[in-house]
This record gives sequence, structure tokens and C-alpha cells, in this order.
Amino acid sequence: MGRVVLVTGISRDIGRRFARAAAGDPSIERVIGVDVVPPRGDIGDVSFVRADIRNPVIAKVLAKEDVDTVVHMSVIATPGSAGGRGTMKELNVIGSMQLLAACQKSSTVERLVVKSTTTVYGSSPRDPAMFSEDMGPKRLPSSGYAKDVYEIEGYVRGFARRRPDVRVTMIRAANVIGPLVSSPLTNYFRLPVVPRVLGFDPRLQFLHEDDLLRVLRHAVTSGTPGTFNVAGDGVLTLSQAVRRLGKPSVAMPRFAVSRLGAAMRQARVSDFSPEQLGFLTYGRGVDTTRMRSQLEFEPRFTTAEAFADFCRELVPGELEGAGRA
Amino acid sequence: MPEDARENAHEDAVVIPIGTGGRPGRGTGRTRPSSAARNLAPAARKSPAGSSAKPAKAPAAKKAGAKAAPPRATPVAEVTPEQAALPVEEAEAPREATRTSDRGPGIPVGDWLSAAQGAAREVFGDDWERRLAELMAFVRRRIEGDYEVDDYGFDRELTERFFMAALRPIAEKWFRIEVRGLDNIPAEGGALVVSNHSGTVPLDGLMTMLTVHDHAHRFLRPLGADLVFKLPVVSSLARKGGATLACIEDAERMLSGGDLVGVWPEGFKGIGKPFSERYKLQRFGRGGFVSAALRTGVPIIPLSVVGAEEIYPLVGNMPSLARLLGVPYIPITPFFPWLGPLGMVPLPSKWILEFGEPIRTDSYDPAEADDPMLVFNVTDQVRETIQHTLFALLRDRDGVFG
Repeated sequence: MGRVVLVTGISRDIGRRFARAAAGDPSIERVIGVDVVPPRGDIGDVSFVRADIRNPVIAKVLAKEDVDTVVHMSVIATPGSAGGRGTMKELNVIGSMQLLAACQKSSTVERLVVKSTTTVYGSSPRDPAMFSEDMGPKRLPSSGYAKDVYEIEGYVRGFARRRPDVRVTMIRAANVIGPLVSSPLTNYFRLPVVPRVLGFDPRLQFLHEDDLLRVLRHAVTSGTPGTFNVAGDGVLTLSQAVRRLGKPSVAMPRFAVSRLGAAMRQARVSDFSPEQLGFLTYGRGVDTTRMRSQLEFEPRFTTAEAFADFCRELVPGELEGAGRA
Repeated sequence: MPEDARENAHEDAVVIPIGTGGRPGRGTGRTRPSSAARNLAPAARKSPAGSSAKPAKAPAAKKAGAKAAPPRATPVAEVTPEQAALPVEEAEAPREATRTSDRGPGIPVGDWLSAAQGAAREVFGDDWERRLAELMAFVRRRIEGDYEVDDYGFDRELTERFFMAALRPIAEKWFRIEVRGLDNIPAEGGALVVSNHSGTVPLDGLMTMLTVHDHAHRFLRPLGADLVFKLPVVSSLARKGGATLACIEDAERMLSGGDLVGVWPEGFKGIGKPFSERYKLQRFGRGGFVSAALRTGVPIIPLSVVGAEEIYPLVGNMPSLARLLGVPYIPITPFFPWLGPLGMVPLPSKWILEFGEPIRTDSYDPAEADDPMLVFNVTDQVRETIQHTLFALLRDRDGVFG
């Protein structure tokens, strides 16, 4: 008998693609996608249930469908798509709390996989070169996505304590990049001229979108409990990435970049949040030893290869020489 | 021949000054002709030897960029006395009226090519073709971003080709660094170099990195204070040069990765101490470097640097301005800020770097790193070793600039 997997956040592209891929997995019997709005693309064998994870209806879905694995992917990174910071916070934090409450009540749930992000480590000049899983941020995030994720991780840990029989896997994914990904970072690289912070050259780590889907599926099928950093091998510096992209970049003092970011956010060109500015100033690196030793996962793309794949899609034909890793 | 020419010039200049007849302000008989005289000399521009030297240097200088500076300087200097003497000599001969049309179409292409080849040989040596191709490939890789950085952001190629090349003349010509005890640096495996810190500006760290690279053929990976990573420009240069933050996580990660790590435990207390306290070691932090070495079982190599204290004698400080700018101190030296940028030139003291006998830590159990008493004892041992070596070196050296 295969598993019954419930995926939240299926209306977004990455959630939909994960659900489809999971539905094709022989060890998974059924995949149920949950979101407040229907997914935009083809969902294949996935059965869609229109439900809001912010209210207790979700508990009924869990019970009715005999769900044994929950994949939580509906934490959103930008207020733009949700319609304001208030809604975003509610969706992220309250939604996660409701989902965890439902899981705690459920007698069928055996596994919980949460897609988190390395953004929880923050970015500051006092960061170690590589964060391992048991380190925390040097400065607690005060707002935005990073704070939401930090709080959600806290609730997930609380849940893991209260339900030791449920295997909880937390995937802290590095910045996901790939031809189909639309995130603040990929939008940033899609700008015609890339603004950089003068005098800083942050280290960046990327995870290819295919690797994200693979690692989530791996977590669902293997059920290894724990928190894991997942990122492609190696790092790229921002200046290096921009050069490989073959785009012009302009270095500006930090306050000017922040001003420009605010202007672009208002013009809806790009979503340039304060924590992203920190990331583009100080960068971040995560240690992926545990991903290999405990989770036994091996990403197919290194950071450089993932970025090269993104480059290829972005400017087809133009980057014959520079795009390769 | 230049001597003769100069003598002639001296004698003749009195007799036949160019076009003046000895009126005041002209034909003073100096060896070097006046600017008017130099402009009048047509032969200097025509003679093939003199002419090919000058234009050939110019394109070479552009191609070679900063690297070319030292070898280029000499030939140009050699040409000058000859050229200076020439116009006066030629002035004796009756001058023919030359029109621009008589001069021909300019320098033949063959001359240009041979001059360019000669210049390339001058700059890159005999295998200049290969070296030039290498340089071009390097430039292309930099422009396309086709290079590797390690997890700490260390850009090996840039460091070797650019940072080290820029620092080498300073180390060899300006500070005339003398190195002792090179055998104490292990050829491979993790090790922790612990050094005294001095000199107002952390030049000693850069010089130690260069010395270790040039003599021991390893990269020293320095651990820097968090201020380094907060400052623009400095932070990105530091990471590219191989530095990382001085924290226990990074130190242990680098040491267990088999890197040679450099640490200056005195920190700002060391480099920012007044000149009157030179060569007196400050407190050695909290001994974090010792526990990192104990936990990873790598040897500690004490390094004593003599000479760095005198490069910028710190006689005063501007604490309120420093607080305002968020830096630990703003130095006042006998030359800074009084002489402006000129005051930023370090004094050319003679440096001695002595690497001491490694202090082994693999006999301890890694768990003993949590024993504060042991950590303090080892810290003191390292500190005493460096202090005694410093005193011995000071007795040994023949004066500050010797």
C-alpha cells in the first residue's frame, strides 16, 4: 500500500510541479493538492481540494482522505503575490499553525515535510562562512519572509516535540534557481542592468529547481527526520554570477540600492525586500554535510551548474561561452 | 660616449648657444638643454634608434598594465642622457630646411612590429608569446566570470596573479623582509600560525601571507575581525584574498579542512597600541584560537614579526572621531594626517619574520578543549614564546632601518 500525500500551496508553480512529480512516483498512491485558489497548470493525477489552511477545515481533509504524509510548501516569500504584507504573514504563520494543529489531532499522519529556506540564517557581517543546521541567525530577523520562516520553524519544532511519533523533516533550501523559477532573486537577475552594493561581493549558493523537487520527494519517501540544509556544491560570488550572465551591472552605495529597490517594488518591476538587500550585501553559505550523511541526498546540479542552466534559458544563444560552468 | 657628448655640450654650449647669441635667459650652458632647444632639434626625432624606443614603449605599457612597471623604468632612463645631448651636437651642423613631405610616410610597419616584439620581450622575458597568451586568457576568464572561488570566497587565481604581485615589491624592496624558521611550517595539513600584531594598519598580516606563499608555497588563510567584513571594499577584498571571519566555527572548519590558518589574537589592541608600547604583547584574546587548535589537533606555529611596529609610529589617537565613524581608532603619526596622502607611506623599516618551533596539540584529547585551564596555559605558552623571540630579534637586529 502506497502513501497518501497532501501538498499545500499547490497553486504556485513549484508546488504544482512537485505534486505532479509525486503523483508519478510508484511508492505514492495518491496525491491531494490543497490551496485557496485552483492551480493554473496541468495537475495530472493530483486531486485538488479547495481549502484554506488558515481554518480548521484542513483537519477534516486530513481525516477524510486518510493522509499519512503532509508536505507543507505554501510559505510565500513575497507580499506581492499575496496582496500585502498583512495577508502574507497570515497565510504563512497562521496557515502553518492551523496545519500543524490539524496534524497534531490527526491519527493518520506519520510524516511531515516542511519546505523551509536558508533565509532563516539571515545575512550579516558576523556570519560564519558556512552555517550548519544547529546554528541560528546572528541577529533575529525583525520583519518579512525571514521572520515568518523563523516563526514557522519554531512551531514545527514544537509540533515535533509534542508528536514524537511523527517523522518531521525540515528542508532548508538555498535560493532556488532555474529556467522556470520566478522568485525575487531570479527577477533580480532578469533586470536589464543588475544593481550591486558598492564594495561588497556576496557569496551565493543556489539550488536547482529540479533538485528541490527531488529532495522533497526523497524526504517524502525516505522519511528521514531532522533539519537539513540543501544547496548545490560550491559558491559563486555575485560579481562572478553577473559576469557569467553577461549582463552589465552597476555598483551603488547600499542606501541607493535600497532606495532603488523600494522604487522598483512600487513600480512592480522587482520585489526587493530588506532581507534580500542584506543577502546581496553579505551573502550566505550553508554547510551541506548532513544532507549527504544523514538524508543521503545528492543534488544533481552544483551551484555553478544550476546558475548556468538559468543563464541558458535567460539569454538563449547569446552565452555560448560564458554560460557553461 | 654619453660622457663625451656631455662634455662637448658643456663646452660648446657657451660658444654656440642655440639661436640666442648669449642674450640673458638663454644658453646658460647647462648640460640639459632648455625646452626650446629640445623642440628645435629635428635629428633626435629622425634617428631610428631614438625614435623606435619611445613609441614602442607606449603600446607595451598599455598592454602590460600594472605588472610592467618595474622592467619598463630602466630602458627609458638610459635613453634620456643621449637624447638630451643630441640636440646640442646637431645644432653645430648647418641645418637644412625640412618639410613634412620630405620625411616620408612615417615609421615602416616592420619597425613597428620589431619594436613591439622587443617591448614584449622586455616585459615578459624570452617566452613572451606564451606569457602574453596566458595573460590574455586570464583577462578573458575574469571578464566572463569563468573562475572558481572556494566556500569562503577565496579567489586563488586573483590572489596569486594580482594581490601577491602587487605586494611582492613592497615586501622585497621596501621592507626587505628576512624570514627565519621556514622549516617550522608544515608542507601539508592544517596548522595554525599565531603572530603578534602591530603597525597601526594590518600590513603585517598581508606581508605574512605573501611570505608564506613565496617561501613555504602555501596559502595562509587569515582570520579577520568582524569590522573587516563590515567595511565595503575591504570585505570583498578580504574574502577574495582568502580571509574569513575570526570565529570558532570558521577556524575549525578551515583547520580540519587542512588549511594553514593565520591568526593575530591581539586584534585591534595590538595594531592600535601607541608607539611607546612597541613590542609589548597585548592580551591574547580569550584563547579561542587555542581551543580551535586543540579540537582539531593541529600544531600551533608561533610567529614573531619585528619591524612592523615602526612603519607608522602611532603617537596619538582621535577617539571621538573614531567613535563617530565606528572604527576602533584613528591614528595620528608624526606624518599623518599632517602630510596628507604622503603621510600614508609607511616608513621603510627592516622586517624580520621568525617562525618558531610548532607547539603540538595532538597529544591532548579534543574534549580537553573545553578545559579552560588548559586553554589558558597553552595560550600563555604561545604568548611567552612570541614575546621572548621578539626580544631576541630586537637585540639581534642592526637598527630599525638596517
